[in-house]
Amino acid sequence: MRRSHVTGRGPRKAEVACLPEGWQNPNPARGSWGPRPRAAKMKVKMLSRNPDNYVRETKLDIQRVPRNYDPTLHPFEVPREYVRALNATKLERVFAKPFLASLDGHRDGVNCLAKHPKSLTTVLSGACDGEVKIWNLTRRKCVRTIQAHEGFVRGICARFCGTSFFTVGDDKTVKQWKMDGPGCGEEEEPLQTILGKTVYTGIDHHWKDPVFATCGQQVDIWDEQRTSPVCSMNWGFDSICSVKFNPIETFILGSCASDRNIVLYDMRQATPLKKVILDMRTNTICWNPMEAFHFTAANEDYNLYTFDMRALDMPVQVHMDHVSAVLDVDYSPTGKEFVSASFDKSIRIFPVERSRSREVYHTKRMQHVICVKWTSDSKYIMCGSDEMNIRLWKANASEKLGVLSSREKAANDYNQKLKEKFQYHPHVKRIARHRHLPKSIYSQIQEQRIMRESRRRKEMNRRKHSKPGSVPVVSERKKHVVAVVK
Amino acid sequence: MHATKAAKGLLALSQQEELVDLPTNYPLSASEDEGDGDGERKHQKLLEAIGSLSGKNRWKSAERSEASLKVSEFNVSSEGSGEKLALSDLLEPVKPSSSLTAVKKQLSRVKSKKTLDLPLNKGEVERIHREVAFSKTSQILSKWDSVVQKNREAEQLVFPLEKEPASFAPIEQVFLDWKARTPLEQEVFNLLHKNKQPVTDPLLTPVEKASLRAMSLEEAKIRRAELQRARALQSYYEARARRMKKIKSKKYHKIVKKGKAKKAIKDFEQLRKVDPNAALEELEKIEKARMMERMSLKHQNSGKWAKSKAIMAKYDLEARQAMQEQLAKNKELTQKLQVVSESEEEGGAEEEEALVPDAVNEAQMNADGPNPWMLRTCNRDAQEDEVQAGSNELPEPVAHEFSENEGNEKPEAEEDVLMKEFEERRSLRKRSKLNQDAKPVGGQDSATKEVLSELKALSQKLSKDNRLSKKPKESPAKTVLLVQEEEPAPEEEEPLLLQRPERVQTLEELEELGKEDCLPNKELPGAAVEGEQVRRKPQEELKGKKKEQMISLQKLLTTRTPSVTSVAVPTTVEEQEDEVERDQKQMIKEAFAGDDVIKEFLKEKRETIQANKPKDLDLTLPGWGEWGGMDLKPSAKKRRRFLIKAPEGPPRKDRNLPNVIINEKRNIHAAAHQVRVLPYPFTHHQQFERTIQNPIGSTWNTQRAFQKLTAPKVVTKAGHIIKPIKAEDVGYQSSPRSDLSVMQSNPKRRSKHQKQLKKSSID
Repeated sequence: MRRSHVTGRGPRKAEVACLPEGWQNPNPARGSWGPRPRAAKMKVKMLSRNPDNYVRETKLDIQRVPRNYDPTLHPFEVPREYVRALNATKLERVFAKPFLASLDGHRDGVNCLAKHPKSLTTVLSGACDGEVKIWNLTRRKCVRTIQAHEGFVRGICARFCGTSFFTVGDDKTVKQWKMDGPGCGEEEEPLQTILGKTVYTGIDHHWKDPVFATCGQQVDIWDEQRTSPVCSMNWGFDSICSVKFNPIETFILGSCASDRNIVLYDMRQATPLKKVILDMRTNTICWNPMEAFHFTAANEDYNLYTFDMRALDMPVQVHMDHVSAVLDVDYSPTGKEFVSASFDKSIRIFPVERSRSREVYHTKRMQHVICVKWTSDSKYIMCGSDEMNIRLWKANASEKLGVLSSREKAANDYNQKLKEKFQYHPHVKRIARHRHLPKSIYSQIQEQRIMRESRRRKEMNRRKHSKPGSVPVVSERKKHVVAVVK
Repeated sequence: MHATKAAKGLLALSQQEELVDLPTNYPLSASEDEGDGDGERKHQKLLEAIGSLSGKNRWKSAERSEASLKVSEFNVSSEGSGEKLALSDLLEPVKPSSSLTAVKKQLSRVKSKKTLDLPLNKGEVERIHREVAFSKTSQILSKWDSVVQKNREAEQLVFPLEKEPASFAPIEQVFLDWKARTPLEQEVFNLLHKNKQPVTDPLLTPVEKASLRAMSLEEAKIRRAELQRARALQSYYEARARRMKKIKSKKYHKIVKKGKAKKAIKDFEQLRKVDPNAALEELEKIEKARMMERMSLKHQNSGKWAKSKAIMAKYDLEARQAMQEQLAKNKELTQKLQVVSESEEEGGAEEEEALVPDAVNEAQMNADGPNPWMLRTCNRDAQEDEVQAGSNELPEPVAHEFSENEGNEKPEAEEDVLMKEFEERRSLRKRSKLNQDAKPVGGQDSATKEVLSELKALSQKLSKDNRLSKKPKESPAKTVLLVQEEEPAPEEEEPLLLQRPERVQTLEELEELGKEDCLPNKELPGAAVEGEQVRRKPQEELKGKKKEQMISLQKLLTTRTPSVTSVAVPTTVEEQEDEVERDQKQMIKEAFAGDDVIKEFLKEKRETIQANKPKDLDLTLPGWGEWGGMDLKPSAKKRRRFLIKAPEGPPRKDRNLPNVIINEKRNIHAAAHQVRVLPYPFTHHQQFERTIQNPIGSTWNTQRAFQKLTAPKVVTKAGHIIKPIKAEDVGYQSSPRSDLSVMQSNPKRRSKHQKQLKKSSID
């Protein structure tokens, strides 16, 4: 399709010094009719167009419209764009229908989720009754069910190649399973079972090597070929609830323990690196897949903390909006946003550099959300909750699914940019920010606002009535870090 | 003490016993000598022990004849076991004998060697290990800093990040493989090769290039000569300048300066004749220089020189003269130029600027229509000038560039011409106004008198009103309260989402949502007006009382607060106060010596009132129904007929406030749509305005520019898995060895872990 940029060039004026075509005398020799030769001196200005400028090459082409970009012909650019932005914002809210599907089939609360590293359609989930299910997202069906453990399935993770996956459970075992189901007539059996001495509470697989890490009393690094850990690291004596490999610098691990600390390990040197103690317990952490040194911790004090692992004494950002303990967090594969699941029956999406969430998802039936994952194409979010369902959400609430035509895409982009441009205007801002919330969360927010306000007031009063400098102003980011242990 | 001594003695004894070849007449050590009683007993014991050695029951249990704290598990008495064996003890007996020098040497060598320190305890060792490992790891991680920075600032990121290897081979390689097959191809090929025609980018043959590069000999010579000449001239000029600079005579410099000034004036005159535009520019430059001079403190009598001269002026005529000169200069510089306010727009904009930093608002300034956007800002160029003057600026939005690129150069040129014309006209107008100002002095006076009489009438009317409606008066304290309440409480960080328990689903509801926000906004101005009225009342009252007196604004503005004299206060203090007041007055007088502030203010107010009055609409068309022509004007009758009188607007809010101008151009309906505070990343309102003013839609931009302007920041492809960033993606080398192999080849740690493992298996 040829599409030249036709600027405001009007029809061409041709100066014709001779007879115009229609007037031509077919036989001037006869000269009985028609104008005399004197007419040949007449100057006629004629309009002529080049058909290249307005004829389509094929039928499928769009009609070419000549445009004149003279600004005087298109007045009121700011007001017009403002109205467009306002409309775009309203439509975004009207079309915001993020909920896609609910995958039901578990007979107990969903305790853990795992993504398939090679396939977008496959999702693994472990429940509180020891059952593991493999789901097909396009069909929204469970394709396989395994009774993997007795008691909870505490952790589940897929191998980096996607051929097998590992589970740990309350029955002190680590099991490796094949991703494909057993053949006809075969029993559903794990490839490998390791019986440990203590309960394992979490598992994560290395991103490149046949190595996985479990946590419980200590962090163990296992070679897949061996039944005893290659090395085990501990620092302090408390149960560790989650361990995660860094996806970029793969030898670094992060773990969080129930004595309120987050510990970083170096697998190559088999030593812990540093420990940071927060106000309350951290439930899990997640590494940023695009920024090697950033990770986010989901904390019991309703907040999430993004840390730079080289400077643990102050988080880079404190993300607050939840009104109950945050149970899980997962980064978008683009590394620009993350999603958090909370005990307050909602999930929220935070931009990495913002302290407030940009989106909150909830449904009437969704109970405490225990685990959440962002799919690896960064378009969807899955969350598993207490009431045995896995829910599938759009990451962008008002996004249109399916194939978009190029014009649709362009319009979309334009609307996005308009919203961005006019985001500070009060009407646009208000409409874009508006979210419906269940009563429980709403009232909680109000309550917490009052509490925060009164705390702030008290501190101010204290500062006012004490010696200057004796009650220093502590920034929100510094407030929650108790200590950093080397 | 005793115990240790005894132990030493015993040791010595045992040594004696063991070293058989010691001479028997070896004198007893001093320590032994001292402990008599003890020694006796020990001797006995030793003898017994020796005796028992030879006997049958060699391992006879030792009898305990004394109370001892230290009872060994084995039967040997452990007396003295807590003591350390010092080397000196061993050496002592050896001293006298010369035959044992070798042993002595050996022993002394041992003595000179130092023992190793105690190893650190386990916890500390581990801590050191951790610290070292941490610093190592953070060093490894810091290589990602630049990548992270780059990705965060990127205009557009396309995921997945890993790129397909580019399959483009350089065209030379493609040609190498290609061979001419058909006869036509061969012919073309031959032709190309004959001329050595390059196939790739540089389209000139080597010969052509060489010929282009070459320069004829004559040309080169001429060029060289030129260069030489230029260099020589430069050096002469420099030398001259240096010489001139060294001349110390003040008179000479004065003359030079004067000459220069004269020359400049001459030049300017000439320029004005030849090129008026350039002359205007020149004039502007001069004006600017004057302004700069005015701004500086050079002629303000505050310098060291000026002060010294002021002291000397009494006695020295010359100094007095110099000072006068300087004063004259100062006066000339600080003389205020009459600047005609161009239009109401500028003044309004400036007033509003501080309150509402927004392009939108400025646009609204011009029109009172319900839509803030109804009128475009027509004083854009002026704004642009301001922007250029503005301090730090964000990088200009891309739209600007595009509009320039895509061929708006022509209109711009036209704009320039227009601008110049405008400027000329403006300057002309200024000159004429100045002349007018200079001529009639009395005219202005009459105008002020008019205003004064008007004000008087107004105030009388008001006082009557007041008497008619005797409302309970509100205390000024209340107004203060009101004002305080209006101030918004300091807010903490605003949440991104506005959460509420009811759902908004339809467009209409969203519409409502928008309106809700502007409600408090509407209330605000109302409250302000109320406050204003309340504040106004006492003033009116005051006026009412003095209705007989002639109210002069001059007095109103400069009245001094009536000082209450009490008997208790000594009069001297009052005198002092008076003096202070006089001083102050003097100061103020001096400060505003040149300009009449009050008159100016009045004039300004009159102008704003005039400008804001609704204007009549004249619909007469000259030439319709009567003769038309160059000097003919439509008849008065016709004009009267087609003149549409503008309706009288609402009374001005500041009509009763002589020293206040209330801007009535702010439209509260539009204000609801406007940004009130400068949003965060922007540092100046002009930056923000510019982002708003540049349209991004395809209506105003070409297709290409539109695409570039609306390119999203993050692009993801549906159905593609985005993997975490890898070192190879950004051009770093990842370590070839796997983490596992590195870990296993770490010998020290491994042994430790094996130990640990063993230990755990034992457990």
